[in-house]
Amino acid sequence: MIVNAILTLAALGLLAGLGLGFAARVFAVKVDPRVEEIDAALPQFNCGACGYAGCADYAKAVVEGKDPGLCAPGGPNVAARVAAIMGQEVSAQEKMVAFVFCGGSDTAARKKYHYNGVIDCISANLVSGGDKSCSYGCLGLGTCVHVCPADAILIEDGLARVVPELCIGCRKCVEACPKNVIHMVPASRVVHVVCSSQDKGPVVRKACQVGCIGCRRCTKAVDDEQITMDDNLAVVDYSKPLLSREPVESCPTGAIQIVETEFTAQLPPPAETAGQAAEEAQA
Amino acid sequence: MTKPIHFQGGVHPAYNKQFTAALSIEEMPLPERLVVPLSQNLGAPAKCLVEKGQEVLKGQPLGEPGGFVSTPVHAPTSGKVKKIDFHPHPLGRAMEAIEIEPDGEDRWAEGCGPLRDFDAMDAAAIRKAIWDGGLVGMGGATFPTHVKLSPPEDKPIDTFILNGAECEPFLTSDHHLMLQAADKIIAGGKLMAKVLGARHLMIGIEKNKPDAIELMREASGDGGFEVVPLDVEYPQGAEKQLIYALTRRKVPAGGLPMDVGCVVQNVGTAAAAYDACARGIPLIERVATITGSGITNPKNLLLRVGTLLRDVIEFCGGLNADIAKVIVGGPMMGISQYSLDIPIIKGTSGVVFLKADEVTLFTSQPCIRCASCVKSCPMGLLPTVINAYSVNEMFDVAEEYGAMDCIECGCCAFTCPSHIPLVQNVRRAKAEIQARRKKAS
Repeated sequence: MIVNAILTLAALGLLAGLGLGFAARVFAVKVDPRVEEIDAALPQFNCGACGYAGCADYAKAVVEGKDPGLCAPGGPNVAARVAAIMGQEVSAQEKMVAFVFCGGSDTAARKKYHYNGVIDCISANLVSGGDKSCSYGCLGLGTCVHVCPADAILIEDGLARVVPELCIGCRKCVEACPKNVIHMVPASRVVHVVCSSQDKGPVVRKACQVGCIGCRRCTKAVDDEQITMDDNLAVVDYSKPLLSREPVESCPTGAIQIVETEFTAQLPPPAETAGQAAEEAQA
Repeated sequence: MTKPIHFQGGVHPAYNKQFTAALSIEEMPLPERLVVPLSQNLGAPAKCLVEKGQEVLKGQPLGEPGGFVSTPVHAPTSGKVKKIDFHPHPLGRAMEAIEIEPDGEDRWAEGCGPLRDFDAMDAAAIRKAIWDGGLVGMGGATFPTHVKLSPPEDKPIDTFILNGAECEPFLTSDHHLMLQAADKIIAGGKLMAKVLGARHLMIGIEKNKPDAIELMREASGDGGFEVVPLDVEYPQGAEKQLIYALTRRKVPAGGLPMDVGCVVQNVGTAAAAYDACARGIPLIERVATITGSGITNPKNLLLRVGTLLRDVIEFCGGLNADIAKVIVGGPMMGISQYSLDIPIIKGTSGVVFLKADEVTLFTSQPCIRCASCVKSCPMGLLPTVINAYSVNEMFDVAEEYGAMDCIECGCCAFTCPSHIPLVQNVRRAKAEIQARRKKAS
């Protein structure tokens, strides 16, 4: 009895195994090994910044001949690796990170009413453009925080702040922000105008302590039009190098700020500390 | 009447019309300054025609239409243009507005006032007079009237409906307009029906205004408007719900009333249409209900467009001490204001002043799947489902569930026992879907 059962099952198992082996050979889907290689090289954020449905989808697209340098979180390193797998060369592109062009924290900006609604910027923006007196400013309710796949955005004192070291450059926050105060900047840049208000000076002054009032002092503090005025707002031209603290020091409201990153060291030391350093050296 | 005159869903909020229900319309004296926003209609704002320092006459155009879906704005009195600048607007954002210092003489511009032979006007002339008069939907949506009166040729209109439902709590301005200007409303309604070639004329009025129903029946006489008493239920005065209650026709999703052969106009718009056609008087004043327990003397007021809310409050005896919320429009769909410097505009049907003990802040609790919102939704949507997709930022799925068909009446949020801000979240989804459509196009 037992022998019969064992033999029957063994025969069935053999048959099924042969069938599976046969199917695996005949119906095998040929995958370009490069797809898997590229997929492994990609950072697996599945953020969609490249315009494809995820890393695997983008890997497939690259093998089909698409640009290997579209992965924003990966930056130049991943682009180079992907290009190498494809036997191509990719021109080095600078890493871009998101930056919040607003300094209107709860302490700096005035509020025009008390908002009791849903804690979300899109909802607040529907109620008279949000509770901040400045109609351009960050609402600080964290719609960008929700969409960020890298947890790179914090809300500090009613103001969103992107941590540049964590930002993967996927642009999701740029698209989600109903106020359009988040834009991409080169990761190596540290001097920014933290204001988006195109209102005239007196209006800005009433609404916010750190708003750009359009006084043009910063434009005079630079030598090569690295900062220009556009609709009452100072705008940094990121295509020109700006390695100076002068615009920051010239700004009467503090609307031009330096972001502390690994690149901050490029700037000359601030006047006071430079003096101190010289004294210490003398001592 | 055998058929029930209402729609699916709906709620019964406290009507609170007692503040002003018995008060007839009072005219507010000319204030010291008027601020007329250039944007007073849904669609493109008007383009400014005047300069600072210029003398203007009552009824003179201050701005010309900025496109087809746009209306002109007119000087509400004679005087001098003092300033053209951004000014707080009842819709929230500061918008360009013309400040006028009245000279107190109220001199009319040429062509305004004398009675014309309006019976002889043909459809095109009526439509032009209405556009030139700057007419918009006066129920609050401010959709340009002439656009509603210009249906494409493949959409014949057989039914013209006047909306006297006034289903929003607190408001009584349409009620008293019907009591005091019934003949004007009927005449204006007939003019608009003539433009459309509509054969069937109807007026829907909620049963809680029996005096208005009686009077409108008398005024319309035989062969005129059919006056239909409607069940008292919010939002009976919403366009699609009113059409369904009166004709049993359902406006298709994403469609307009003209898709089912109907056009709806507010009774106030009809009265303004009479003024515009028969006497060449543009829309420069309107009746608004100033009401609520937060104001000393609630009133039904005839106000010039551009009158500042601050002046209106002063005329009504000032605010009560513990005022907490000022809402322009009714409490269900109106917009809370953060400034008392806003002007009365063509679409301001009322201003509600609420005291602190009437304004309750709720903490929302999880959904208990009771389906109150589903039962109350007059559009037959699933607010709780759309809400969930909106909260989780799955806006494309929210759109599949008909988020864009939401009329934002607020029944869902009103009825929700868990105090979930349903309509707010649906509005959020709508805003996002609209933004994405704009980006895609």
